[in-house]
Amino acid sequence: MFWQLELILFIFLLITALIALESKDLLVAAVMLTLFSFLMALLFTTMGAVDVGFTEAVVGAGVTGILLIVAIYQTTYKTED
Amino acid sequence: MTNRSPSPIILLGTRFLSPYIMVFGFYVIFHGHYSPGGGFQGGTLLAVSLLLIRIASGTQIANLQFKDYLATPYAALGVVIYFGTGLVAMIMGGYFLDYEQLPIPGLEAADLRYWGILIIELGIGLTVMTVLTLIYDNMVKGEDYA
Amino acid sequence: MKYLKLLLIIAFTLLLLFAASDLPYRGEADNQMNQEISMTGTPVPGNYYIQEAYNDAHTPNIVTVILGDYRSIDTLGEQIVIFTAGLIVFLLLRNRKEDEENDQ
Repeated sequence: MFWQLELILFIFLLITALIALESKDLLVAAVMLTLFSFLMALLFTTMGAVDVGFTEAVVGAGVTGILLIVAIYQTTYKTED
Repeated sequence: MTNRSPSPIILLGTRFLSPYIMVFGFYVIFHGHYSPGGGFQGGTLLAVSLLLIRIASGTQIANLQFKDYLATPYAALGVVIYFGTGLVAMIMGGYFLDYEQLPIPGLEAADLRYWGILIIELGIGLTVMTVLTLIYDNMVKGEDYA
Repeated sequence: MKYLKLLLIIAFTLLLLFAASDLPYRGEADNQMNQEISMTGTPVPGNYYIQEAYNDAHTPNIVTVILGDYRSIDTLGEQIVIFTAGLIVFLLLRNRKEDEENDQ
């Protein structure tokens, strides 16, 4: 693959990870984590591991987001730190 | 989350989208011999198609699609399918999970391995689908999210 | 506390970059896992899988053959781990009948 594409994906990966770490709203953090998983799946695919990328896209960007949002609805939206 | 009126657009949209995701899940399981995929991915896609209805329309309508008390027996059935395939191969005279010894007549050894892999992928898919649905059903407490 | 967190992140990033600089390049033919004979003189199993996977199971996808046939007991362990996780969630978070009857 082109190394420029991988560099762009890595930069967006860092941005989504930092937003998920620093956000006050936990719903934003959950959505950013699913975006992180999807970019990670694209990176796995560019590295040639198609099976791992498929698993990451389905589990990380599909089911984990649903379970995180259900857990947020059970507790509270805001974080304190 | 308690006083939210259900939106008909979301209900209809998820009801249109869910069967296609389910068909794609079956495709991923049964086409895993030729393309990326397999039991884990296909089972997760089937679970996503069930969870979509569960999120959008609540437990009343979702129980028409998949009853929540059926989740634990089906998960155990998936483990029994996998373990039973290995046990049958062991009883017929081979090693544990040695698909060459499966009692399917009229096939050579390599084709027996093909069908053995397909059977265990079905078991994995059943377990993964029901376990993810089970986790969601038990995490949602009290109020309905419709 | 905030500066300590930032310092930890930067230190860990530098450590990971230093470790990654020694890794072999991805997909090179001279790498150790792509050789036919390993460093200790034993044959490498990946070599056998790539050559014989189609003849053993008539399946073009090598990953499926490895996960489902050569390493099938490992996959059985993964399935039992998932099943156990579901059972534990079911036993810990089960909420339906007894609680409602106790409330009334």
